[in-house]
Parts: sequence; structure tokens; C-alpha cells
Amino acid sequence: MTTHDTSGRHKEVPPKVEFRKVNLHYFSDEGETHAVKDMSFSVGRGEFVSIVGQSGCGKSTLLSLLSGLMKPTSGQVLIDGKPVAGPSPQVGFMLQQDTLFEWRTILENALLGPEIRGMDMGAARQRAERILTSYGLGQFLHHKPPQLSGGMRQRAALGRTMCMEPDILLLDEPFSALDFQTRLSIAEEIGEIIRREGKTAILVTHDIPEAIALADRVVVLSPRPGRLKSIHEIGFPSAGPARPGSMAAREAEEFRDYYHTIWTEMETHD
Amino acid sequence: MTETAPPEATAATPSVAYRNWIERQARNRRKVQVGRVLILLAFLALWEAAPRAGLVNPMLTSYPTAVWDGFLELLAQGSLGLHIGVTLLEVVISFAVAMILGTVVAICLWLSPMLEKILDPFLVVANALPKIALVPIFYIWLGPEGSIYAVAIAVALFITILMLYTGFSQTDPNKIKLARTLGAGKRQILTKVVLPGNVHTFMATLKANVGLSLVGVIVGEFQASKAGLGYLIVYGSQIFRMDMVMAAIVILSLISVAIYLLVQKAEGWLMR
Repeated sequence: MTTHDTSGRHKEVPPKVEFRKVNLHYFSDEGETHAVKDMSFSVGRGEFVSIVGQSGCGKSTLLSLLSGLMKPTSGQVLIDGKPVAGPSPQVGFMLQQDTLFEWRTILENALLGPEIRGMDMGAARQRAERILTSYGLGQFLHHKPPQLSGGMRQRAALGRTMCMEPDILLLDEPFSALDFQTRLSIAEEIGEIIRREGKTAILVTHDIPEAIALADRVVVLSPRPGRLKSIHEIGFPSAGPARPGSMAAREAEEFRDYYHTIWTEMETHD
Repeated sequence: MTETAPPEATAATPSVAYRNWIERQARNRRKVQVGRVLILLAFLALWEAAPRAGLVNPMLTSYPTAVWDGFLELLAQGSLGLHIGVTLLEVVISFAVAMILGTVVAICLWLSPMLEKILDPFLVVANALPKIALVPIFYIWLGPEGSIYAVAIAVALFITILMLYTGFSQTDPNKIKLARTLGAGKRQILTKVVLPGNVHTFMATLKANVGLSLVGVIVGEFQASKAGLGYLIVYGSQIFRMDMVMAAIVILSLISVAIYLLVQKAEGWLMR
């Protein structure tokens, strides 16, 4: 990737996210686990990448590394070409459960990040209200999480993440706690929001259709120690020039082939 | 955005079956109330009748009307207020000290897993040891006044530490992880996640401590005291005034109910 800067010279623009020969070992009384092995790949600005693999392949570990919750044993994890030093407001993390605090209202939940970071609370409040309203939660700002349905809670969790104005979103199976129907529509909605706002997103899932339907590329990992197995470019030319939404993508004729290829890959052990 | 909030009960006119169901519920609630009152009345009647009929020795059991007279006599002497006040003050102070000290220790243990590991066996022993066994030692060390507070605090303190620490350490790890991804350090995890997420643990501990402090105070007063309901009980039994003993016990149970209701009120207010 090259571009011209103002001085007219060629300048390398680093990828948004890059793993460079990353290894990670977990230590416990039972022994040492090699969770991630020689992982190298990168994600471009505004790209949506899904990571799939069986449980224990280190998918979630990759997100913990990116969010700065863990440090690699060796190798480098880079954001905008700089090594990740710790949690940063630039990176938003959505977990498997919505983890909304039941003692806070939806609005107060969305303000948790700005509170922790010591941001300007007046501006944060306006931002949170605007974001939550645009997600259809305008009437529920002062409700407590248990009063909301699963889908609404997941949208509130997205609002909390977006309130920090991150440019990278890490999604760790964020839809897995939802029932099937809600899951499909929330995935579509959230996928659309992420694309509209031009965020870089990395989704970890073991749901292959979900991975294909949302992503520009699907990264397949092999189980323990987690290694890169293959990367698939996802495109749906049959559905027109623009990237279709996740629902339409599931209907596209290319979908089956992607599904079949990735499914077979995950089944075969080498 | 096709979803709506979870459905609420319909406000339309209720069906006959529903009205019947409501009525049955109300009837059942009345039955429960009546049952409770009947048991109380039966107990009082038996207590009154048995000694009067000569079935049991009234010197040993006394009986409700005599207890009432004893209560009025204490009231007339003007000392009852003093006894109740002394016991209440002792309970409130040791309850508050145990709660505050216990909370501080539990927070320290949560902040330092190493400290927790080191102290764990000592806390387990301290909690399992019957604190009542320490009463004579406290008496020798601290004198009559101090030993009452010491035993009441000791009875409530260790269970406070253990209950709170257990609650803290069982905080949803996903909520903690989320706070960490938002940049929270240990102190912020404590104030934003662990403490607000454990209000119910506080309330449960508070409820347990009301009873425990009362136990500690009464036992302390048994050992040595010049006033208080525990003193009244010991004194009454020494001069064989069972009516005085029973009156003190009834007052004690009323006090514990009153404190319990107060805590419940506070809970409703805090959990809103």
C-alpha cells in the first residue's frame, strides 16, 4: 500500500492492524500452552475481517492481544504501525455477553468508557444520546438493562463501544447469546453500522455463515497451537457491484461455495 | 429496528377466570395471615393456661399476664429505657465497626491476591473459632465495658470479611474484562464494577450482622455489665424473677425485628 504525501515522495502507509510472527504461551500449574504460533497477517483500514476456527485455536486470544489486555510472548502486534502498549480508546471491544451493568441505566452504561477515561462528560453525554437514539434506543435511555430485550441490549452494548469513537472494533462472538432470529437481524444491523461508519472490524466466531456474510475476508485458524491456515477473499459479484448486506449475502449464489470450502478446511486436520 | 420492548400485562378488561384467580390469591394471603395470628394466640393461651391450671410450675415458666406486669413494673421504675438504650447503643456501635472494618479488610484482600493467599488460613480459623470462647479473655484484657464491644465486633467481623470478599471475588469476570478494555485500572474496577455490583452482598451481610452483633452484645452483657437487656436477663434469673427475664427476651425479639425491618427498608431504597 503506497500513497503520496504532501511532499510528493512515496510513503509506506502501514496496515491498520498487523500481526508479525506473533507467539503466545499461557502458563498455569498444569503446564504451558502454546496458544498462538507464528501468526502473521494484516487488516486494512475500513476492512471487515472474520476469524474462524474450532474452539481452542486462539481466536479470542488474538483479540485480547489487539486490545492490549495481553502481551505476545514473542513477535509484534501493531496498530497503525505502532506496537500495542495497552488498552486504548482507539480500540473498541464487544464481548460475547453484552456485559451491561444492571445497576446503571442504558445511558449511564454508554458513559462508562468516557468516565473511566476522564473525558469531557458533557460532550460524551450528547454523543451517547445521539448514538443510542440512532440505534433505536431513544425511548430507553433511562431504562435499566433487564428491562430490554436481548437484541436491544446488544445494540446498547454497541452504543457503549461507539461512544469512545474507536476506529477499530473487535467483536468476540457478540451475537452468540442471542436467539437465532434476533441474531440474524442484529448481525445485519451491526454489520451495516460498522460499514457505514467506515470502522475497521475484526469478528471472531465459530459460526461460518456469519463469518462469510459479514466479512471482506475470512481468516481460518487451525487448532492448538493456533496457526494461520488460510485467508479467503469474500465477494458477491452476482449480487451487484456493492457489497450486499449480510442477509442478502446469505442468499447470493457464491455463499454456498465459500461455506463449503471453509467448512471442509476446518474439518481437515493437518 | 423491528424489535419492541418485552410485552407487558394487557390492560384490557380481565376475564372471569382471571378475576377468580385474583380472588383465590387474596383468599390464600388471608389464610396465611390468619394462620400466623392463630399460632401466636395458641402459644400465648397455652403459656397462660398451663401454669394457672397447675400443669407446670409458674416459677419456671412465668406466664404472659405476669410478663406484662413485670414489663409495666420495669417501665414504672424508669430503668427499662436505660437497659434498652444501653443494649441498642452497644449493638449499633459494634455493628457499624464490624461492617466498616470488615469492608476495609475485604477491599484490601481483593486488591492484593497475595495478601489474601497469605491470610486465608488465619481467616478461616478466626471465622470457625467460636468467638464466645474469647469472652473471659476479653473481660480480663478490656474490662466489663470493653469486652462487650470486643465480643460483639469479633462475632460479626470475620463473617463480614468472608462474605464480602467472596462476593467481590465472584464479580462477573466479563464485566471486569469489559472495564479493562475501556482502560480501567484496578482502583476503577473496584469503584465502577466490584463495589456497585455487590450491593446485594452488602445487604446480605448487613442482615446477618444485625443478628450476630445482638448475640455478641447479649453474651458480653452476660459476662459482666451494670445495665442492658442481657444484664436484666441474668439479674432476673438470679433473683428468680422469670417475668423479668421473659419481658427482656420479648423486648429483644422486638428489637431484632425492628432492626431487620430497618435494614430491609434500606435495601429497598438502595436497590431501586
